Amino acid sequence: TNLTNTENSNRKIEKLLIANRGEIACRIMRTAKRLGIQTVAVYSDADRHSLHVKSADEAVRIGPPPARSSYLNSSSIIEAAVRTGAQSAIHPGYGFLSENADFAQLCENEGFTFVGPPASAIREMGDKSASKRIMGAAGVPLVPGYHGHEQDINIMKSEADKIGYPILIKPTHGGGGKGMRIVQSPKEFVDSFLGAQREAAASFGVNTILLEKYITRPRHIEVQVFGDKQGNVVYLYERDCSVQRRHQKIIEEAPAPDILSDFRTRLGQAAVSAAKAVGYHNAGTVEFIVDTLSGEFYFMEMNTRLQVEHPVTEMIVGQDLVEWQIRVANGESLPLDQTQIPLSGHAFEARIYAENVSRGFLPATGVLQYYRPLPVSETVRVETGVEEGDTVSMHYDPMIAKLVVWGENRAAALVKLKDSLSKFQVAGLPTNIEFLYKLANHRAFANSELETHFIDQFKDDLLATPNDSASAEAAYDTAKHSAALVAACICEKERTLLKKSPPGGLPVWYTHVPFRLNHHATRTIELEWENEYRDNTSEHLTLSIDYLLNGNYLIKIGENSISYLEATVTHLGDHDFRVEADGISKNVNLASYVTDQTEHFHIWHGSDHHHFKQKLGLDLLDNFETHDHRNRESASHPPGTVAAPMSGLVVKILVKDGMQVEEGQPMLVMEAMKMEHVIKAPSSGIVSGLQVSIGQQVSDNSVLFNVKAGVDTKFRFITGCQNSCGYVYCIIITNFSYQTHLLPKLLTCIDILSDFRTRLGQAAVSAAKAVGYHNAGTVEFIVDTLSGEFYFMEMNTRLQVEHPVTEMIVGQDLVEWQIRVANGESLPLDQAQIPLSGHAFEARIYAENVSRGFLPATGVLQYYHPLPVSETGEN
Amino acid sequence: RWRLSINAAVLTPSISRDFSSGHNVLPDGIDRTSDSFIQNSTKMESIMAQLHSRIRQMLVLTVEVAEGGGEEAVKRHRSRNKLLPRERIDRLLDSSSSFLELSQLAGHELYDEPLPSGGIITGIGPVHGKLCMFIANDATVKGGTYYPVTVKKHLRAQEIAANCRLPCIYLVDSGGAFLPKQAEVFPDKEHFGRVFYNESRMSSEGIPQIALVLGSCTAGGAYIPAMADESVMVKGNGTIFLAGPPLVKAATGEEVSSEDLGGADVHCKISGVSDYLAQDEPHALSIGRNIVKNLHTAGNEGMVNGFQGTISDYKEPVYDVNELRSIAPTDLKQSFDIRSIIARIVDGSEFDEFKQLYGTTLVTGFARIHGQPVGILGNNGVLFNESALKGTHFIELCSQRNIPLVFLQNITGFMVGSKSEANGIAKAGAKMVMAVSCAKVPKITIVVGASFGAGNYAMCGRAYNPDFMFFWPNAKIGVMGGPQAAGVMSQIEKSKVKKEGIQWSKEEEEKFKGKFIEAYDRESSAYYSTARLWDDGIIDPADTRKILGLCISASRNRPTQTTKFGVFRM
Repeated sequence: TNLTNTENSNRKIEKLLIANRGEIACRIMRTAKRLGIQTVAVYSDADRHSLHVKSADEAVRIGPPPARSSYLNSSSIIEAAVRTGAQSAIHPGYGFLSENADFAQLCENEGFTFVGPPASAIREMGDKSASKRIMGAAGVPLVPGYHGHEQDINIMKSEADKIGYPILIKPTHGGGGKGMRIVQSPKEFVDSFLGAQREAAASFGVNTILLEKYITRPRHIEVQVFGDKQGNVVYLYERDCSVQRRHQKIIEEAPAPDILSDFRTRLGQAAVSAAKAVGYHNAGTVEFIVDTLSGEFYFMEMNTRLQVEHPVTEMIVGQDLVEWQIRVANGESLPLDQTQIPLSGHAFEARIYAENVSRGFLPATGVLQYYRPLPVSETVRVETGVEEGDTVSMHYDPMIAKLVVWGENRAAALVKLKDSLSKFQVAGLPTNIEFLYKLANHRAFANSELETHFIDQFKDDLLATPNDSASAEAAYDTAKHSAALVAACICEKERTLLKKSPPGGLPVWYTHVPFRLNHHATRTIELEWENEYRDNTSEHLTLSIDYLLNGNYLIKIGENSISYLEATVTHLGDHDFRVEADGISKNVNLASYVTDQTEHFHIWHGSDHHHFKQKLGLDLLDNFETHDHRNRESASHPPGTVAAPMSGLVVKILVKDGMQVEEGQPMLVMEAMKMEHVIKAPSSGIVSGLQVSIGQQVSDNSVLFNVKAGVDTKFRFITGCQNSCGYVYCIIITNFSYQTHLLPKLLTCIDILSDFRTRLGQAAVSAAKAVGYHNAGTVEFIVDTLSGEFYFMEMNTRLQVEHPVTEMIVGQDLVEWQIRVANGESLPLDQAQIPLSGHAFEARIYAENVSRGFLPATGVLQYYHPLPVSETGEN
Repeated sequence: RWRLSINAAVLTPSISRDFSSGHNVLPDGIDRTSDSFIQNSTKMESIMAQLHSRIRQMLVLTVEVAEGGGEEAVKRHRSRNKLLPRERIDRLLDSSSSFLELSQLAGHELYDEPLPSGGIITGIGPVHGKLCMFIANDATVKGGTYYPVTVKKHLRAQEIAANCRLPCIYLVDSGGAFLPKQAEVFPDKEHFGRVFYNESRMSSEGIPQIALVLGSCTAGGAYIPAMADESVMVKGNGTIFLAGPPLVKAATGEEVSSEDLGGADVHCKISGVSDYLAQDEPHALSIGRNIVKNLHTAGNEGMVNGFQGTISDYKEPVYDVNELRSIAPTDLKQSFDIRSIIARIVDGSEFDEFKQLYGTTLVTGFARIHGQPVGILGNNGVLFNESALKGTHFIELCSQRNIPLVFLQNITGFMVGSKSEANGIAKAGAKMVMAVSCAKVPKITIVVGASFGAGNYAMCGRAYNPDFMFFWPNAKIGVMGGPQAAGVMSQIEKSKVKKEGIQWSKEEEEKFKGKFIEAYDRESSAYYSTARLWDDGIIDPADTRKILGLCISASRNRPTQTTKFGVFRM
């Protein structure tokens, strides 16, 4: 066996099968490819053409769309691994089989390396009560509570008093909140306890109860741990995943804000103990609940997989966790030990979902008609598994992408997050992008007031309130402006296309401004827009566009409207425009697609995004009276009608026709996206026209039943205000001016005497300090080249034209310094840290007549081709 | 020293070379500081203002406040879910494409009551990349009935369509002939009946005839859709019948609604008079577009004819085309160089002059307009013997090479006097008239100033069948200038009264002349001409290049024809 062991430890992964789909499959393949490992994708019929299949070296079909017949089907995955080669390993990703101990065991039994923890650890951590027992034994803090068999009410009461109030009463079996009670004070205990027992007995047939301390303002903080097969375990700091909706995370960040480094160490060490207690190796996450009031933390559970939000950790530690996973699976030791793991800056992850925010974040399905995530960079990552034209189906998780950004600190990262969200463009199905943008802009989020009830608490600010007429009016005004821009862009795009390839070879009939004899060409565009502040009612916008002779558009909105907009539009490319209106010129993106006789337009400009619809005319073949108008009318239903909020399967029907129901009462249960959704009565009333039965597949927006409307009650949540923090001012001194256009002789002279340079610099600093200077400035000296003396001339209190030469020799971005100083930050470097490296020149290229005494020249740049830039040259 | 060197820069030679590599670029040709230029510009400004106010008035008449219940008529029209004729055309045209409207001011101050655009809108524009002729009744003007000028405008549009082989789209919404003027509308050769004759003849030549029935189509009008190759009817609004319900009741006693008598249902399902049933007007217009899309022959022949060699990346003129508004002569006695106009019409202002040094009162030469080759003839004074011979030579050249001809008219006539007659000016003039008459290449005439006497003939006046003919608003047309005519007439009148023994006083003579000149001035104005359809419209001088481009493109739609000249008197 010794021999086999050696062989095993020398056996390295050469081929990796990813038993998953979507962005995580693509993410894992990216690292695998970088390491020279061949990749194998598996796919269900629904994913035949998806990105993860295209990205893989090889791909194997594993079954029909439902996950249980494909991605959850261990035997077909193992079969795929067998068919694609012996030297392979299997990476489970997250979700699906990633935390299935039997699958992990099966992989190892079949001779495949499972890129993940040992099956035993998965099993132990998967059992919630067993894991708590092990953790307790290992000294990991647990939520104080009583989990005993003794159910006598007096014993329970005394246990409760011991734990302290408020307290949570919970049935040991079941879930979904049934039988749960929060008890605020000892005198409420008995009633609540008996009630919980009754409800538990009725719902689950077992009435055993457990007690736990109730945490009023909890934060969800988790620690990334990593172990190798040699028994080393390290922590890679924590993530804060408090902002959740429907118990799913939507914005995660690392490290957790407002945490003292001592607390961080304690958390990390607790997590390492937890992992060690189950003999963990590979990536794992230990979740803690933090009581923001007391500052205590308690073990919740351990996720024995690479998590969705792992990129935020990668960004702050500068490591590739998938690479670590593969190396650990190969039997290597951890690449870094605890002291070597850096913690730098701050990272956010926002999950972009296809969902209906206004319908309680219900998953949405549809086609990504237009998909343009923003360009990635070193500090902005987009993890995605879809492409334009792909369908988000009801079979799997509706996540479209993960947007990950990094900044020097939380505030800097937040600025980048907001900017990135405003530039993330998706059209064709509803998404949560705008919601995330509002969330990121919320002052409470900026102030790190994070807790799991965040969205509920600030619901009023984050979600549009229907029938808010002031907001509705304001929203209508911005929509009108956007509509005008849409109209201008439609016209300009059409004109460019016609100019490029004039139909019928008649270019003169399609010149830039359509010709009309002695008057302007005019055109009418009619758009529909849904106002979310007015119950999503459709508002009709009539735009009349005049083609002006100078190529501009004069746009009038509404029949007798006095609002005009004159726009100059340049069509830069397919969806990209530059529009100048009201004296402001800006980038505008326009996407359009057609579904069901309706053309959709999506426009993005600044941080605004609007969606307009345009009804297309009757079908050309509609010249018969048999024409079916029902299709076009199906979009809107009479009041009281309850329509399916998404496509899915009806699993339970809780009402009958003629039944009296209360507002909010569950009516039927649908299953979609692996989740159950309860359809509730929109108002009190009588049920009629029940149109579905159990087991029926219903499509989005199809009618389920009617409720004769009753009274509608509205709730309002009022939130307080926080003021913003003040600024600290600092002094920054930068350029000691190397004026390259003086004389080379002078430069050489200065070059030799570094002592002279120091004296110059110090004099400049004194000059700046004397006037309490901050931000960039230049102190000019006159130097007597004969005596070597220098004298103050003047100080230029601005960033100078020639600042790039300084940037080149010190390797810093002075404009970034300016912004940071203006933000109140300290200087990024102190005097001793400022490098002086190499030499830089700046030559200014002017339009001028050299032979005529350098007179300025004017004219058109008929040809302009500056040389390509590089690290050592810029224009 | 600064000032000196700046001046030196301005004085460096060959400024035109800065703009173009061509050596044939015309010089600017105008002195913007001269008194005459400034005076002319000011006068032209008021002429343009007048044009714009008349156009506005015409548009407003149709759209808003026409007398005789115009505003009411428009409101009623819209309440039936009907669009105005120009809106209908806009929806039929390819979006963002150009439309060349014809005779916009037809009927202007012609009758006692206003008749904006003569009650019918005509013009050329592309549908699915195919050029079509649109003929659209304006039901808000006298119920879309045909006045004499309405008939003339309809027939002129058909003539152009037949000439250029353009599919015709009739947007029918008309009550038929205007009965009070039936004598000037119905009986003659060039009257209402000619409409259907033209329709049949064009159809026989394979020029598609398409009718969209958007309103009523009564009596004679019923034949417009009935004679069409394909027709569309709008449910509820479109009706076709030979006699309306009142006449039917009078004739037979039968009581029937107009919808049951000749509605879309009847004609699309029972009688077969119409082919497509449209649910509403936008639907009808999109069916109309679709019919054109499926025309397989239209527009193809032009592409294979002899007028090839269009270049797509042409240059705009070097000089500002808006300056044409200042160049347009308001005083026809004042001479100016026609080349300053050519320089603002042709691509890159490049003009290769033919016989530059001979017969200099006629400028001839080759150029391109929107990439399309043209031969240009422009007047630089009265026509002499040599100028007429040169013109004849040039027309022969272009006819042989299939180059379209552009005539820029500013002509007071041929040279008169004994020397001229002895030189055989009549013979030379006859040669040029012969050449103009027989040339089968597209001919387009723009009257930029005077159009008098036999000069009008030699420079392709209306009688010489130019494919298109337009007036600048400052232009004048007549057998001769007002003062000259007054002079001739007063001499005849003077000798007549002298025979009766009466001696005219100076004042009497001046009064006689003044009345004559006034009448002449009125009748020779561009508005008088265009109201009677002596031309195809008054245009803004700044639009000349654009319009020439469109006209040449439209006339290239027909196949090449071989020119055969008659006997030239040698």
